[in-house]
Amino acid sequence: MSMDRRKFLKVAGLSTLIGLGGGSAFELLRPGKVDAEMEHEGHHGGHHGEAHEKAEEAGPKTRWAMLIDMKAITKEKAEKIIHVCHHIHNVPDWGNPKDEIKWVWEDEYEHVFTDSYNEYDEVLEKLPFLLMCNHCDEPPCARVCPVEATFRRPDGIVAQDYHRCIGCRFCMAACPYGSRSFNWLDPRIKLKEEMAKKGRKLNKKFPTRMRGVVEKCNFCVERLAEGKQPGCVEACPDVMHFGNLADENSNVRKILRERVSLRRKLELGTKPSVFYLV
Amino acid sequence: MYDSGKVIIGLLIFAGIFLFPFVYQHGSPVEKPKPSLDTPAIKALPVKKCVEDTKFMITTHMQFLNDWRDQALRDGNRWYVNRAGKKVWISLQNTCMKCHSNKKDFCDKCHNYAAVQPYCWDCHFDPNGSKL
Amino acid sequence: MIEKALKGSSVYWGWVIFLLCIIGAGFLAYLYQLKVGLGITGMSRDISWGVYIAQFTYFVGVAAGAVMLVIPKYLHHYTKYAKVVVFGEFLAIAAVVMCLLFIVVDIGQPMRMMNVVLHPTPHSMLFYDMIVLNGYLIINIICGYNTLLADKKGLPCPGWVKPFIYLSIPWAISIHTVTAFLYAGLPGRHFWLTAIMAPRFLASAFAAGPSLLVMILLFVRKVTKFDAGEEALQNIARTICYAMIVNFFFMGMEFFTAFYSNIPGHKATLEYLFWGIGEYGNLVPFMRACIVIGFAGIFILLVPPIRRRPLWLAIGCACVFLATWIDKGVGLVIGGFIPNPLEVITEYHPTFPEITIATAIWAVGGLILTVLYKVTISVREEEQRV
Repeated sequence: MSMDRRKFLKVAGLSTLIGLGGGSAFELLRPGKVDAEMEHEGHHGGHHGEAHEKAEEAGPKTRWAMLIDMKAITKEKAEKIIHVCHHIHNVPDWGNPKDEIKWVWEDEYEHVFTDSYNEYDEVLEKLPFLLMCNHCDEPPCARVCPVEATFRRPDGIVAQDYHRCIGCRFCMAACPYGSRSFNWLDPRIKLKEEMAKKGRKLNKKFPTRMRGVVEKCNFCVERLAEGKQPGCVEACPDVMHFGNLADENSNVRKILRERVSLRRKLELGTKPSVFYLV
Repeated sequence: MYDSGKVIIGLLIFAGIFLFPFVYQHGSPVEKPKPSLDTPAIKALPVKKCVEDTKFMITTHMQFLNDWRDQALRDGNRWYVNRAGKKVWISLQNTCMKCHSNKKDFCDKCHNYAAVQPYCWDCHFDPNGSKL
Repeated sequence: MIEKALKGSSVYWGWVIFLLCIIGAGFLAYLYQLKVGLGITGMSRDISWGVYIAQFTYFVGVAAGAVMLVIPKYLHHYTKYAKVVVFGEFLAIAAVVMCLLFIVVDIGQPMRMMNVVLHPTPHSMLFYDMIVLNGYLIINIICGYNTLLADKKGLPCPGWVKPFIYLSIPWAISIHTVTAFLYAGLPGRHFWLTAIMAPRFLASAFAAGPSLLVMILLFVRKVTKFDAGEEALQNIARTICYAMIVNFFFMGMEFFTAFYSNIPGHKATLEYLFWGIGEYGNLVPFMRACIVIGFAGIFILLVPPIRRRPLWLAIGCACVFLATWIDKGVGLVIGGFIPNPLEVITEYHPTFPEITIATAIWAVGGLILTVLYKVTISVREEEQRV
């Protein structure tokens, strides 16, 4: 079978649209558009559950997304965000890489964009990239979880049910972003120690975790429920932008229309909801 | 039956050990627990009523809390409408424990009596507990 | 029938007590782990599965290996395996129990284990793994017990057992395929993301399981009156040899794809495992030993004059068993986590309690195997007397 260039492009484009070839090529031209279109047409891979289907029937969907402005970020701001987040959620600071729990943390360009690292980009090289759960549209962690302790909510948030988690850590093996932490030890032991030694204050409105469960960034779902912005956005509103990707007129869509953005490991088809504005 | 003597003695020893707690405790009933409602928040209530009526809460609070948990966490639905049509914010720590701030004299009373140890407090905070 | 396990020599009882001591020590270590958490192991945020899951993976293979006796016996009526096939089935029982125990000790909230049944999740491979492993255990108990019972009575195996025996063949394939799928379906773990994972798992399983079996049968021949038969042993050895060759062939394919395509992500783990990356190279001696020992095993089992000597046959099988163990029980699972998704290397050092627990599970397997084989051999010895 012979195929001319035009035909090929058509097929390639079509297969991109239905998710065969991944959305990356289109992404560069119109960020976020492809995923939104795909959902519009009802092309879904993976498992989303009943609630998701219901929400779809109800009308416009919500898909929460986070934009991190790499032109506005500084080392101090990154540290502030980490501090605020970990205090809102009572995340202990174990101080060693073996036991550590991280909801949001900082790393270098080289480690963040392992697939597209460009060693001649001296600007990106110097920036403190913030890492967190990408709240993927096609989360591999939720796919592998044997008890649906981690699952994708209709609004796009990948939630973790600490009551149900059996601690098998399959999700940690599955997450291509290293966003998940396991409570190897009782987190309260460390929190208690921090309270005694460093005068750490707990947020009594939010629980801690118990040992033996996996945890990660929850996009501040408990604050969204109260109509508040996520903690990191409140801490540094010039760096972090949070909004609804499914709404064409949302703040995040407006920014994405104007700025160049990167997302991590797009070739894996996970469709992350965290964007880096560069 | 071979070795019937040994078998019967063995069975008797087993029955003795098994029945010992029942015989030992017989006639010394442990007092029925009375969970306390004596907290400032409850005292300030005009009508002393929980989210649903007391009998329902006593018998069904475990399933009820399970449902609340799944609704809030899994379905993202944070509002509960009770039978009287009143809206209640779904949260163990920030709704239930606001009134029942006396975990020791409320929750623990019955739970200790029934020898159940729900793992709520492994993560959620006891509002007045000095223990983390 | 099982009462035969209660009558034995002082050596037998000494061995049983020795295993029980190890199990006791492991049980104490497990209580400690239950109290403190999995933090007592060497696992970390980066290496989130360690010895436990690696051993689990290996013993799924050992369990599946039994099918290499079942197929010739029941599909090809190869009568030389008639006396030994039950040993394979009992080995599978012991190995599956070990697998289940390795899962139990690995999970952070074992008291919630039944959530897997309460919230069945068909999109998770672990859900299927639970089904196939428990199913395989039951099938092998049915087949093994009834085959032996029939042997004891001197009757042919009852007809209703036959379907279970035939079912055990695809089921054996399924347990290791599903276990491979645990790894092979994860995006972003280049070392595991390979379609050849399941075939390679099966190849190494068909080498590992039977090689353990031959070693045990040789030992049994030496210390009891039961002889599995030279031809049976030689034929199992041939199977092991071919399976091991296929296993190494598949491994070589991984090397080709990674290094010829020259894609860094695909090369990284292999480089780490066989050459080390920078200052990190804990597993290099193991992996290189795996290759050397593996080829030695192939050579010994491939050359008939060598293979026919019992001592060399045992050594050859030991080589294969060890090489597959290093490959799957050490390198495969740990290696998959190195480097991590951020391309940072964290190494893994199992701790003493962790190894104690793992050893105890080995001992549990050993104990189950000892008891079942004791029963089997007693039955066989009676047969030979008659």
